[in-house]
Amino acid sequence: MPLYLEIIVCVLLLIGGIFLLVGSYGLARLPDIYMRLHSPTKASTLGITGVLIASMILHSYLQEFISIKELLITLFLLITAPVAANMIAKTAIHHEIKAKEKTRGKELINSMRNRDAPPE
Amino acid sequence: MRFFPMPFHSIMLFVVWLLLNNSLSAGQMVLAAFFAITIPWLVKDMRDEHPKIRRPWLAIRYVLMVMKDIVVANVEVALLIIGPIKKLQPGFVAVPINMSSELGITVLASTVSLTPGTVSAEVSKDKNWLYIHALHLGDEGALIKEIKSRYEAPIKEIFGC
Repeated sequence: MPLYLEIIVCVLLLIGGIFLLVGSYGLARLPDIYMRLHSPTKASTLGITGVLIASMILHSYLQEFISIKELLITLFLLITAPVAANMIAKTAIHHEIKAKEKTRGKELINSMRNRDAPPE
Repeated sequence: MRFFPMPFHSIMLFVVWLLLNNSLSAGQMVLAAFFAITIPWLVKDMRDEHPKIRRPWLAIRYVLMVMKDIVVANVEVALLIIGPIKKLQPGFVAVPINMSSELGITVLASTVSLTPGTVSAEVSKDKNWLYIHALHLGDEGALIKEIKSRYEAPIKEIFGC
């Protein structure tokens, strides 16, 4: 395998790994459930994409046949991640889980639970 | 059209199956054709009517723009997570939306979840409000304005709703 390809694959793996690490770190570090939702939906999509592109380059080289299924995995991830985040947020709202004290617009939680328009 | 109630979906299933298996062998082609015919036939009665994509070029441009925004969002959120947590000012925001189509609202909500610092949490029953949670809420009005002009307007144009 030529050196430049190895370097590209390594860099992509490293970037992906760093973003995944930061995503998991945020999950442990952020104070309430609503804020925790942000780190797995975002920081990790780029992380997974990086790892998958690295895999795509490596396998296209090894098989001498372009490997595109990683793109499909990324696409499925991009479709499912927001839906999962939305369902977790809904569940949290319906279980009346408290948001952090200083959260702005906390009064909106009530109208969200009833799926009403926000209070004037 | 009896064998292909959803021609576009059939083609997509065929291609996706071959891509997932990374092969063009005869056996996989037969299996792909089998799925492309039977799956649409099994699910054709479960379909809801959705608006068609009216402006395909705008849709492609929108996808590219969102992909760029996802990268930016990832970096931004990563920096916020590493940075001082005490300084974060989380908040809920109600964004007024006026879209009739459920598909449009779904696309908008998913985009909002994937892009800078916001996750969509709930949609009001009358479909006029999208509730979002922001990790770091600066100016509420500016955020609402950005979502409306940057994401809602093109979606409305793409689906013509």
